[in-house]
Amino acid sequence: MVKGPLEYDYTVAKMFMFTTVVLGIVGMLIGVILAFQLAFPQINLLLGEGLAEYTNFSRLRPLHTDAVIFGFTLSGVFATWYYVGQRVLKVSMAESPLLMFLGKLHFWLYVATVAAAVISLFAGITTSKEYAEFEWPIDIAIVILWVVWGIGMFGLIGIRREKSLYISVWYYIATFLGVAMLYLFNNMEVPTMFATSAAGESGIGDWYHSVSMYAGTNDALVQWWYGHNAVAFGFTVPIVAMIYYFLPKESGQAIYSYKLSLLSFWGLMFVYLWAGGHHLLYSTVPDWMQTMASIFSVILILPSWGSAINMLLTMKGEWQQVAASPLIKFMVLGSTFYMFSTLEGPIQAIKSVNAIAHFTDWIVGHVHDGVLGWVGFMIMAALFHMAPRVFKRELYSKSLMAVQFWIQTLGVVLYFTSMWIAGITQGMMWRAHDEFGNLAYSFIDTVTVLHPYYAIRGIGGLLYLTGFLMFAYNIYKTMTSRPVEEHELQNASPMGA
Amino acid sequence: MDIAQLQAYGYFALTAVLVIILYSYIFHLYRAKKDADGVDYEKYGNMALNDDIDDAPVSPVSNDKEK
Repeated sequence: MVKGPLEYDYTVAKMFMFTTVVLGIVGMLIGVILAFQLAFPQINLLLGEGLAEYTNFSRLRPLHTDAVIFGFTLSGVFATWYYVGQRVLKVSMAESPLLMFLGKLHFWLYVATVAAAVISLFAGITTSKEYAEFEWPIDIAIVILWVVWGIGMFGLIGIRREKSLYISVWYYIATFLGVAMLYLFNNMEVPTMFATSAAGESGIGDWYHSVSMYAGTNDALVQWWYGHNAVAFGFTVPIVAMIYYFLPKESGQAIYSYKLSLLSFWGLMFVYLWAGGHHLLYSTVPDWMQTMASIFSVILILPSWGSAINMLLTMKGEWQQVAASPLIKFMVLGSTFYMFSTLEGPIQAIKSVNAIAHFTDWIVGHVHDGVLGWVGFMIMAALFHMAPRVFKRELYSKSLMAVQFWIQTLGVVLYFTSMWIAGITQGMMWRAHDEFGNLAYSFIDTVTVLHPYYAIRGIGGLLYLTGFLMFAYNIYKTMTSRPVEEHELQNASPMGA
Repeated sequence: MDIAQLQAYGYFALTAVLVIILYSYIFHLYRAKKDADGVDYEKYGNMALNDDIDDAPVSPVSNDKEK
């Protein structure tokens, strides 16, 4: 073995960067198809009558959500962990063959699991629990790959040179523990082959089928405790981990207040887990539980804004960087969208607002201003920052990045504004009634009114996808055609063109 | 003065006192910078900025072991 000077080893980070880009394209492309299907239903028959089973909205919908959550976002989380983890702990994966092996095993298990998930969802095999559609064999594979990630993570922490854990590491640990707990409890399921019906039949259904271990309202409660916290520990906690590292690093400014970051961390951990019940307002869930969920959702503004304000204040005195660097633009707009959607969410969780918002497109708008504006922007910014360092090359094009930023920002704005209008219109029309209590509109009336907004939403999504393809091209060209950087990069990423 | 009026004054006074206590505690934290154990938390922000493999750790593990 050649002994050079010790360097960070980004092999595994690069592997996950690749899946971030590929699964991002897949997830967002399916999303755009779905958006246009809602506006123009004939697109359900995209590939003809014969393949309609595979191209209809209901078959594709879980593929979109799962590809974006467990494909794009999780890959981004893993890629940044294998980059940030080494750097803030000041230890290289090259120092431990075991950790290197675990990292690669983690990646290949992940690829195999994603393949199984895609095939099974296309085949229509699902538990029909939202964001938890995978059947038990895939669930077991997910648990194994998660444990492998955890061993790798705590292994790296175990051999660190830096005694204190940087705030980002806290957030990555919380992601690991949070998802582990949520996933295990929500996916408690009984394979149907072990079940016996009242008539005495046994071995019911295919070997891979299962039913949830919980029934009725309990199932709904566990499902939404999971569903909402999938947003917490998939879309919030690890993305906050990223911004706490990448924004200070790229701008050369230490976090405005480290103390505030700790306060926000524990606030978020304590409050988030109680808010899931707001998905079940006005349902059969006990009333006190609904009220509690509403209250905790509103309190959630505090820790969320604590982190977001900390990020904006980190730029204090350095705002010219926002104008100068498209990379900083992505992160500053990302944290602004974070503030915005963490204010919108609590508003929707207030019972009287929820009476209008529930089941409408406003909820879809809320999810997307968070995921497109915050999660997507932050993951792309992280990869842009990592690319010159892991490939040791200048970023291919600054102007392409700037154009991408504006196209995607326009896309997000079109998406959420159209969904706000559509959602509130829908909510108002559903509840409108005459003096005798007869409903004023039938369902199809709302569909007719909403059509233009659905078309605008599709265009917004298409713009975002276009920007993502530009991002993929920029990263690809960075890998292949830029001159090699010899010197160690400090803060601002070098960009060409 | 009836009980409701008393409650209202009491509520207002309590809120004001809590706000004053909270803000003076925050002010105290920022002025002192260090916590009860004499640790200045803000130095940990440098863990992200000085993260090359040869940079000196903000608080090295080895120093801890020597103690």
